[in-house]
Amino acid sequence: MYVAVKGGERAIDNAHLLLAKKRRGDTSIPELSVEQVREQMPLAVARVMSEGSLYDPQLAALAIKQAAGDLMEAIFLLRAYRTTLPRFGASAALDTTQMQLTRRISATFKDLPGGQLLGPTFDYSHRLLDFALLAEGEQPGPQVDPQAELSPCPRVLDFFAEEGLMAREVDDGAAVPDITREPLDFPASRAQRLQALARGDEGFLLALGYSTQRGYGRNHPFAGEIRIGEVEVWLEPEELGFAVPLGDIEVTECEMVNQFVGGKGIDAQFTRGYGLAFGYAERKAMGMALVDRSLRAAEYAEEAQGPAQQEEFVLMHCDNVEAAGFVSHLKLPHYVDFQSELELIRKLRKQTCEQPAAEEQRV
Amino acid sequence: MSAAEKLHLHSETAQPLFSVRDLTHLYGPEKGCQGVSFDLYPGEVLGIVGESGSGKSTLLSLLSGRCPPDRGSVSYRDSEGNWLDLYSASEAQRRTLLRTEWGFVEQNPRDGLRMGVSAGANIGERLMAQGVRHYGELRAAGIDWLQQVEIDPLRIDDLPRTFSGGMQQRLQIARNLVSSPRLIFMDEPTGGLDVSVQARLLDLLRGLVRELDLAVVIVTHDLAVARLLADRLMVMRRSHVVEAGLTDQILDDPQHPYSQLLVSSVLQP
Amino acid sequence: MNAQAQTQYATEVGYNFAYLDEQTKRMIRRGLLKAVAIPGYQVPFGGREMPLPYGWGTGGMQLTAAILGAEDVLKVIDQGADDTTNAVSIRRFFARTAGVKTTTRTPEATVIQTRHRIPETPLNGDQIMVYQVPIPEPLRFIEPSETETRTMHALEDYGVMHVKLYEDIATFGHIATSYAYPVTVDARYVMDPSPIPKFDNPKLHMSPALMLFGAGREKRLYAVPPFTRVVSLDFEDHPFEIQRWDECCAFCGSQDSYLDELIVDDAGTKRFVCSDTDYCMQRRDLEEEGAQ
Repeated sequence: MYVAVKGGERAIDNAHLLLAKKRRGDTSIPELSVEQVREQMPLAVARVMSEGSLYDPQLAALAIKQAAGDLMEAIFLLRAYRTTLPRFGASAALDTTQMQLTRRISATFKDLPGGQLLGPTFDYSHRLLDFALLAEGEQPGPQVDPQAELSPCPRVLDFFAEEGLMAREVDDGAAVPDITREPLDFPASRAQRLQALARGDEGFLLALGYSTQRGYGRNHPFAGEIRIGEVEVWLEPEELGFAVPLGDIEVTECEMVNQFVGGKGIDAQFTRGYGLAFGYAERKAMGMALVDRSLRAAEYAEEAQGPAQQEEFVLMHCDNVEAAGFVSHLKLPHYVDFQSELELIRKLRKQTCEQPAAEEQRV
Repeated sequence: MSAAEKLHLHSETAQPLFSVRDLTHLYGPEKGCQGVSFDLYPGEVLGIVGESGSGKSTLLSLLSGRCPPDRGSVSYRDSEGNWLDLYSASEAQRRTLLRTEWGFVEQNPRDGLRMGVSAGANIGERLMAQGVRHYGELRAAGIDWLQQVEIDPLRIDDLPRTFSGGMQQRLQIARNLVSSPRLIFMDEPTGGLDVSVQARLLDLLRGLVRELDLAVVIVTHDLAVARLLADRLMVMRRSHVVEAGLTDQILDDPQHPYSQLLVSSVLQP
Repeated sequence: MNAQAQTQYATEVGYNFAYLDEQTKRMIRRGLLKAVAIPGYQVPFGGREMPLPYGWGTGGMQLTAAILGAEDVLKVIDQGADDTTNAVSIRRFFARTAGVKTTTRTPEATVIQTRHRIPETPLNGDQIMVYQVPIPEPLRFIEPSETETRTMHALEDYGVMHVKLYEDIATFGHIATSYAYPVTVDARYVMDPSPIPKFDNPKLHMSPALMLFGAGREKRLYAVPPFTRVVSLDFEDHPFEIQRWDECCAFCGSQDSYLDELIVDDAGTKRFVCSDTDYCMQRRDLEEEGAQ
């Protein structure tokens, strides 16, 4: 049986080689470069950065290439890399009012200061396969006006706050917990919750947000504002005593406006759900904002009936690296446990087979 | 019985078991309950009546330790004679109380039973929580209690979902009574049942309450149930207790206009 | 062993000795000290993302990484065997990142990371067992909420554990839990011994070795210190029992080890062999020596 030790090692090595071959595909086709992935699949890169919780388009693109396009595997690769990085400190809060916008829309007002800025979006495209992209050869890049300038875009939800129709979110200045360093505890703080959701699986949050719209914990949402663009990251090193800019990152921010009829000593007002994701990731940010608002049920003394309102349920199951790992571990050998079950089932069957016979004898 | 024993017995029944002062919890104006005070004595059955939304169920939650009040106090005198303030007691004390000296019979037996395990396991759970580790003993207690609530002991290994509604309710009662509690809370225990099944259950309840000398707080909108079981009544309306007194007195000669309306709106038994 | 001294042993360039950085190791060791001080209590810890998937032993690996020194000799088993792919993969991981000596022989090992088994060879006081744990909470399948289970542990509110056992006896005539069989540690905490077969439960009781348990995904660790009472839950009149086989090992003839069942031909012919490959090997070596 000892030969099998070496067999196991060789099997693993071979599996790695076969995977590399699978990833490379037909070698007569030129190999995909990391730069190509980074530049031409920016939305995939954005998702991997968000859920991998590391802003690095180059490494995210590498992870996508290495994972042969499996985004969850790419997220996992980026996370496993991130965990080994040292922490220098926490950045100052992002000031998204100062964003260099590429897109900004609000569903609550037809027009507003700064206007609606459609920007790049799939929203109004007809989903017809574009066979021009299938054709060989260089596609000329689209023409855009490089001189286009934006007027200032104040945040939509601040208008409500000015009027007292919505509670302002106040930074209490407390240290921000880091859920990648300290385990979550329940009930979670909003900071912990938003971190977990920001790392959470887009599909899972989308489905949960959708479930609230269909009545499992309705919260009457409006897309108050969605903004996408570049924002500056600042850090205040302790030894300096003042903040310095580190560079720009692209983010998508979504603020949902939700109706609240009042109760438990709180007046009728609008409430807020918040979503933020790295890169161009509108669906993720919207799903996150819907779920964030759902999870504030206790804060507003709402009855928590829908799955999207169950904090433990949502936060313990939204991480796709955890979920994928635990589901995939079913592939590991379970000989020993299975042997126990086998023995048990046989024992149980033996009893039920013997029982009727014994009863017959009594008759 | 010696004189000392008589004296002890006298002092036992002369002291309240359960004492409530100014209990208040409001969800909105006149929603919930406010300013409720009463004493309950050993072996006494208190009925809380009123229409839906009058605050009966809120009051029951507050009394049974399920929801902390905005203000007011709930005190209980335990089997050792010590008074315990329910909401300043520790969670451990409250839980112990709830699974030993107290019981709670839910309106829907599904909420009060473990539907996934057998009738015997349902009955034995409190004993196991108290440390009984002998399967044979648990079994014997299960059979004994099934008989007491008039369920065929042969059904001890059947799941509650194979039982009729009335049987489920009787099983829930057995599950509560197995730990010999002194105080039971009941929330519309006959609520979901047919009239004939109701009558049988009420009969059983009345017998058990007398036999075991149980103190009971029962919430019901059914005055016939109240008349049959309760020694005293509290009539609730819009979060207030509008009238309280002996059951016969209130049902035969209601003083408050709302009580009069309530009584006149149902057929007398 | 200080960090500098350890670093020079690392064979994988760019990573610290045994992969985890020293800060993280210290955090885990603090958690372990707490776990040892409160036997059977689940200590939350800041579990890190490991380069292996969750559910594949990330909890055990973090514990191993935190306690491993350059002089340690590591054994990794999965299902009792050193040769299963996951055991191979984890052993390789530490051979690469820590450069420690590895072994398949139980008596030679100072740290044994395991999934689903405790070796048949009795352990000694110089050894540490590290268990990989998928779901650390023994109450989880009765109560899904973490807030509630933590309260139940705090209040020793364990009656419901026996409801499950009662139900087994009522239905099957005996307790039908065969692995991950819950135990009471030091007469206080109810603990999941990880999915080892109940056959291995008695080996936990008063063991001279330190037992550490790590659940990476759930971010919990716990411990059974040496010479601690570990009692499997049961009833007085239905005492805890372990599995027995009518067969003996086809290789070494052992009659008292845990056996794996193999199907050896298309007709479904069965053979039984020791699940602990090292134990089996030792017995066969002894036999050969005896024959010579």
